[in-house]
Amino acid sequence: MNLTLYIWRQKGPDKKGGLQQFKAENISPEMSFLEMLDVVNEQLIKIGQEPIAFDHDCREGICGMCSQVINGVPHGPQERTTVCQLHMRHFKHGDSIYIEPWRARAFPVIKDLIVDRSALDRIIQAGGYISVHTGGVPDANAVLISKKSADTAMDASECIGCGACVAACPNGSAMLFTAAKITHLAMLPQGKIEAARRVCVMTEAMMREGFGNCTNHYECQAACPKDIRVSFIARLNREFIKAQLKDTG
Amino acid sequence: MLLDGKCPSGPLSEKWDRHRRELKLVSPANKRKYTIIVVGTGLAGASAAATLGELGYNVEAFCYQDSPRRGHSIAAQGGINAAKNYPNDGDSIFRLFHDTIKGGDFRAREANVYRLAMLSNNIIDQCVAQGVPFARDYAGYLDNRSFGGAQVSRTFYARGQTGQQLLLGAYAALMRQVKTGTVRLHPRSEMLDVVVIDGEAKGITVRDMVNGHVGSYAGDAVCLCTGGYANVFYLSTNAMGSNVTAAYRAYKKGAFFANPCYTQIHPTCIPVSGGHQSKLTLMSESLRNDGRVWVPKRKGDKRASHEISNEERDYFLERKYPGFGNLAPRDIASRSAKEACDEGRGIGTSGFGVYLDFEDAIKRLGENVIRERYGNLFEMYERITGEDAYRQPMRIYPAPHYTMGGLWVDYNLESNVRGLFVLGEANFSDHGANRLGASALMQGLADGYFVIPYTIAGYLARTQPGSAAAVHPEFKKSKEDINSLTKKLLSINGKKTVSDFHRELGRIMWDNVGMARSEEGLKRALELIPELRAEFWQNVRVPGGGDDVNQELEKAGRVADFLEVGELMARDALHRRESCGGHFRVEHQMPDGEARRDDENFCYVAAWEFRGGNKEPEMHKEPLVFENVELAVRSYK
Repeated sequence: MNLTLYIWRQKGPDKKGGLQQFKAENISPEMSFLEMLDVVNEQLIKIGQEPIAFDHDCREGICGMCSQVINGVPHGPQERTTVCQLHMRHFKHGDSIYIEPWRARAFPVIKDLIVDRSALDRIIQAGGYISVHTGGVPDANAVLISKKSADTAMDASECIGCGACVAACPNGSAMLFTAAKITHLAMLPQGKIEAARRVCVMTEAMMREGFGNCTNHYECQAACPKDIRVSFIARLNREFIKAQLKDTG
Repeated sequence: MLLDGKCPSGPLSEKWDRHRRELKLVSPANKRKYTIIVVGTGLAGASAAATLGELGYNVEAFCYQDSPRRGHSIAAQGGINAAKNYPNDGDSIFRLFHDTIKGGDFRAREANVYRLAMLSNNIIDQCVAQGVPFARDYAGYLDNRSFGGAQVSRTFYARGQTGQQLLLGAYAALMRQVKTGTVRLHPRSEMLDVVVIDGEAKGITVRDMVNGHVGSYAGDAVCLCTGGYANVFYLSTNAMGSNVTAAYRAYKKGAFFANPCYTQIHPTCIPVSGGHQSKLTLMSESLRNDGRVWVPKRKGDKRASHEISNEERDYFLERKYPGFGNLAPRDIASRSAKEACDEGRGIGTSGFGVYLDFEDAIKRLGENVIRERYGNLFEMYERITGEDAYRQPMRIYPAPHYTMGGLWVDYNLESNVRGLFVLGEANFSDHGANRLGASALMQGLADGYFVIPYTIAGYLARTQPGSAAAVHPEFKKSKEDINSLTKKLLSINGKKTVSDFHRELGRIMWDNVGMARSEEGLKRALELIPELRAEFWQNVRVPGGGDDVNQELEKAGRVADFLEVGELMARDALHRRESCGGHFRVEHQMPDGEARRDDENFCYVAAWEFRGGNKEPEMHKEPLVFENVELAVRSYK
């Protein structure tokens, strides 16, 4: 199939960017979306132009590196799928495709489709962990955890930190990302001890980084390639209120 | 030269404890005076950097990804082994040790593997304490599943994303240290050289991948945790960015490269669909717990799978290896699949594929149970192939996945270059000629959490902290070398892209240094690779400049190194005139087609020393001594 692409090009963080038109020809339906871009890039190199810069690594939907807004939707049209796992069979001959970077105040563009997501790392640095040193821990079966709690913790912990939730949110909020980590750790007995402090410092970090607030659009859940649920945001809010009561009480 | 692995003497089970007793310590007040450089933030790197930071050392951690949470350990699906014996099915530290040594076809060090088996239990405890949500049963206890090469259930797992969950645990521990200030992070940074001063590693040279700046970082020790080199095959299950550059440049600075020919071709990957393909996707080995592998009995049988009756199917793993069945180790399962396809019994349009069939398991257990166990894997399979594996069997074929070879290290994980430590897949030490499933995660975390914190102190206690500063002339020289390499790559301006060369190299490697190797093929590879390399330096086109994001430049540097390590692999494979584990020489096989190992002549580690671009590397041997296991024919029948 042949496609017309409109791709965001931007030389650097302080440079002005814009959409540029490209042709993608003889694309087969078995190709992944990124393989289609590989083909375009190989052609650009051969005619002496700079290829389109985009983040990608594992190409199996788990590292969270790939980050493109396709036709206005982070990670493109297929539900629960990262860009790298999106295949061209979901497009048809003659389609026009618009490809843009994640857009959010907290994610400055580095070049073309590459953005800086280190703000997410700093939210985790604030307290997204259990403060345990290596060594000196009890036997793994010494503390039992109900299957239900472990499963919910796992549901939340499947977040790949790609930032699609932020890109999808009209407020550029990182609430779903933060809530997933809060929930993961709050579901486990090991994580409960620091739960109150954690929710406060992580929420603070989130605001400090310039992410917006949550106003219940649920766009984040729709865009999430790992199906992280907005119910975790409700849990974050609950944990936050609990923590405030603890502070005053 | 004979190499000494420096394994402690005494009974196997007491070696590590005794060694720890004898290792020197660095006092808490002095630790902060030492700077340790950790390159790579996969399981080995993240766990090492976090733990060393906790102990009070100054740590500089580097990774090429935008966040340390994205090391390729994250893609490991199936699980992590430990000798907990929770299921009461006869497991023990000795059994895990024995399975791993046998799985590696008796080409690993006994002392290292035993230590690994011992530490496996600590890892599970540690990860649970960090909040890793392993699978549990309804009573709240940890659950186990089976993996290839073992007759016990000792694999802990977190759905099909065990590597992700373990890495997020190590990443969280690392982030905590970043907050504390003991670890400084350098994401989007690529190590391009190690700086060696008077025979000791004293720092690294790094390119900032955002602004192109090439900088020097000095330290008192360097830990390379930079993974394997399976991307030499172009198509592999590795991440696109996985590369050999850090390890290979250390090799060029004097570190020995051990057993480069030991590569693992994983049996259960999604077959290649076309020439555009950029990578191959693994389907977890855990699927072989319930999936049955088969091909048609008749050659050229192109009927759809449901039209082929049970009698017309060859469940070749169950037939050939009744003791282990579909859970035969990876090297054996891969080679069997290749043989079936070479006989003309392969399935799919290309004929390079076999079925992994869940029909019987679905009948026996119900679709819900299968969905619960492997739902995400079936979904991933459908995304890529457009096929529903609940209704028709999966198509799979072997693909390069892991490299057992790597930089040579002693029992302390220290290379022959003093102060240069190598952890995880980047070293060669624990898996011999074939790695068992669910053992890579175990090794990465054992090295990082529980080995390096002890052994690095033994080295540091003998060195003055801060003895080398980044102003030393060696740092300057290294920077100049890297800058001129960049300049050269950008100036060639030829006709072919970096990927063109990478694809060609991959084809040479797959055809000649792949699953079945012959003297003729290996000699051919030794001619073709240098030719291709020469053409690369004449005819590659790297667009753009050196002072901003330039992904083609990054790739070019990596492919330049693959073009050299491929030759080293072929050389090593040619010299090893025996078949063992992932290294199968067609001239050396049993009458029934099984591998014929030659313990009399090849029971050693081959460690190669770089002697300059125009000279052949020199091989050094480390003899392997087995005191606790009997060198037996590795049978899974």
